[in-house]
Amino acid sequence: MPGANGRGSPVVYFNARIVDPASGTDIKGALVTEGGTIRDFGPALFKDALPFDCERIDCGGKVLAPGLVDMRVQLREPGEEHKETIQTAADAASAGGVTAMVCLPNTDPVIDDVSGVEFIARRAREVRATKVFCYAAATQGLEGKELAEMGLLAEMGALGFTDGPRALGEAQVMRRALSYSRAFDALILQHPEEPSLAKGGAMNEGETSMRLGLPGIPALAETMMIERDLRLLELTGARLHIMHVSTAEGVEAIRRAKASGLRVTCDTAPPYFTLTETDIGDYRTFCKISPPLRTGRDREAVIAGLADGTIDAIASDHAPQDQEAKRVPFAQAENGVVGLETLLPLSLALHYRHKMPLLDVLKKLTSAPAAILRLPLGRIAKGAPADLVLFDPDRPWIVDAKRFRSKSKNSPFDEMPVQGLVLRTVVAGRTLFEARTP
Amino acid sequence: MSPVVRPDFPAAAAPAVPFRHRHLLGIEGLSAAEISEILDIAEQYVELNRRGGAKSALLRGRTMVNLFFESSTRTRTSFELAGKRLGADVINMSSEGSSVKKGETLLDTAITLNAMHVDVLVVRHPESGAVKLLSDKVNSVVMNGGDGQHEHPTQALLDALTIRRRKGRLQGLIVTICGDVLHSRVARSNIHLLNTMGARVRVVAPPTLLPGAIERMGVEAHTDMRKGLADADIVMMLRLQNERMQGRYVPSTREYFRFFGLDYEKLDAAKPDALIMHPGPMNRGVEIDSEVADDFGRSVIQEQVEMGVAVRMACLEILTRALRSNAPSVEVAN
Repeated sequence: MPGANGRGSPVVYFNARIVDPASGTDIKGALVTEGGTIRDFGPALFKDALPFDCERIDCGGKVLAPGLVDMRVQLREPGEEHKETIQTAADAASAGGVTAMVCLPNTDPVIDDVSGVEFIARRAREVRATKVFCYAAATQGLEGKELAEMGLLAEMGALGFTDGPRALGEAQVMRRALSYSRAFDALILQHPEEPSLAKGGAMNEGETSMRLGLPGIPALAETMMIERDLRLLELTGARLHIMHVSTAEGVEAIRRAKASGLRVTCDTAPPYFTLTETDIGDYRTFCKISPPLRTGRDREAVIAGLADGTIDAIASDHAPQDQEAKRVPFAQAENGVVGLETLLPLSLALHYRHKMPLLDVLKKLTSAPAAILRLPLGRIAKGAPADLVLFDPDRPWIVDAKRFRSKSKNSPFDEMPVQGLVLRTVVAGRTLFEARTP
Repeated sequence: MSPVVRPDFPAAAAPAVPFRHRHLLGIEGLSAAEISEILDIAEQYVELNRRGGAKSALLRGRTMVNLFFESSTRTRTSFELAGKRLGADVINMSSEGSSVKKGETLLDTAITLNAMHVDVLVVRHPESGAVKLLSDKVNSVVMNGGDGQHEHPTQALLDALTIRRRKGRLQGLIVTICGDVLHSRVARSNIHLLNTMGARVRVVAPPTLLPGAIERMGVEAHTDMRKGLADADIVMMLRLQNERMQGRYVPSTREYFRFFGLDYEKLDAAKPDALIMHPGPMNRGVEIDSEVADDFGRSVIQEQVEMGVAVRMACLEILTRALRSNAPSVEVAN
């Protein structure tokens, strides 16, 4: 594969539209990588003549941006390799333009001790593709009771602490987690859902759940938890990240908290700004996610939150599920949507349909999540890691779940027309993916 | 016995609008014309059944399977009788002791049934949407015998037939549905049907058993039973399941009966000739006073059961139309 040398000889990407949201750059020019880093870039670079002693890649005027940093994926390895492995997830990530991803600790066994963090790091080295990081469990066994060894886990490389798809429900436990995390300035990530209100629920509570006869989860379950956690954050002064915000009131609560100076960040995922509860239609289990799809009003509020900066980042929320987990009655189906391969085009709809500047959209996929996680990634700069995505922002295509690299195909976006096609993905100077079409 | 009022209908006339659905999964989505067509045909079966001994050959050689993932006697027997009176071969399958219990998935069951060339499949399942899921995968005509808290279409149809025969119409009647609306598929199907047919629907329940968005279904919601029953033409009681009683939704049986159970005192608020209905099985002394339930003049609970068979025969006739007209006419020699 061209550009796959990665042994240190330079690679020149010319005729590119170089877009770097961190610095606000949007220029025509060239970029040269050497080994795993970006050596130089700019409008004047190699303008007159390209060097001969290197590999040259014609970008055809398309967008060359920092590779996407996906701050929340579920990799299913170890424990559920029939749904996904780090290898297949890495393939999917590359096809989606994602060069770094962070996995939740809800594997089997749970990542709640140093050997779990080590395992992910070792498997990532073996796969030698996408940069893979992990969060560790905030509480032992994700049981929401006793704190995990945050200090040791952080030292080992855990980027933050969360009970993954479960909320830290008990107020006292959340208080202690936030409080204790300050010793290491560690990030606590919360799944914002009051468990007792959400228990047994299968979808958003409202008219649609009533008509379908499905037990509902009120939007209030999210708002209450966010409000509570913000109070606890005020009390403890820690760093809190609220995952996949889905409700209008949730966005508003975070907006107010940010205005008052609290150290809170949040993200959302494409389903929440693309779909609504009515997409469940006749019990489509591929639309079953947690938190559940909400109303049109919530979707608008999420988009507004993205536009005004209340919502810092967009994560794919990649959650592979096999047929057995989804082809069952709705209430019994597992939650989740595979998202790595649709993250970029679905996010670009914010630019095309909702008029967000391209730089802002890309920022939420690159430098913003990297900054929250304190990773030196997600930007184009001299000496920065050569993690890049080349994409055609205009190219329309139709999502075909059958062609996903991911082992699981549970996507509600199958057959959806989208805009923006990944042409090439480069991690540490090596091309890991190249689109077959010219 | 009170006089049976029957609306005029052109017997056996071709329906103005053909029934557009392959399956009967719910009332939502049926038009008033389609509902009327089912009821009109059911009327004829009521007469046929009353005459006794009448057995049609309409579904001769056809196989009908009653697939019940939830225990039921009344509904299953009613479907079985309907199928048999139309001449179908009826097989009952329940989840008890079957491969379902051994972990077979719903879709495996569908594949198995396809291989057996079942013509009509009646399904009852504890999960909302399970019948729809199955209908996507089987080749048979599917009738929903009740799915979770979603719909129970034949119950609503038999209720409508009962009302129409007694009152001569559905339009303009005040129908009050009382009880556990939150968990009731019977309530949902009835609300859809009665609204489509122009009745005025009220629901009465403690707020914990009323969905928050219930008024979006076009009903009037009450928590005071006497107000909800004021001038009602029809009182439909719903069954209250015992698990709702352990202080979860309602503190106790006696408190429930005191405020939401149907007795003569509360019934007083309704019209003097109001009919009392219940989908069964009843919890006497919980949602309905025994005396009221057995009131010969006003309770039509037994009649509902009778109408059930006729309505299910009508549904079978309509849903197998395509099947019967497409089938090659092969006479089996015997």
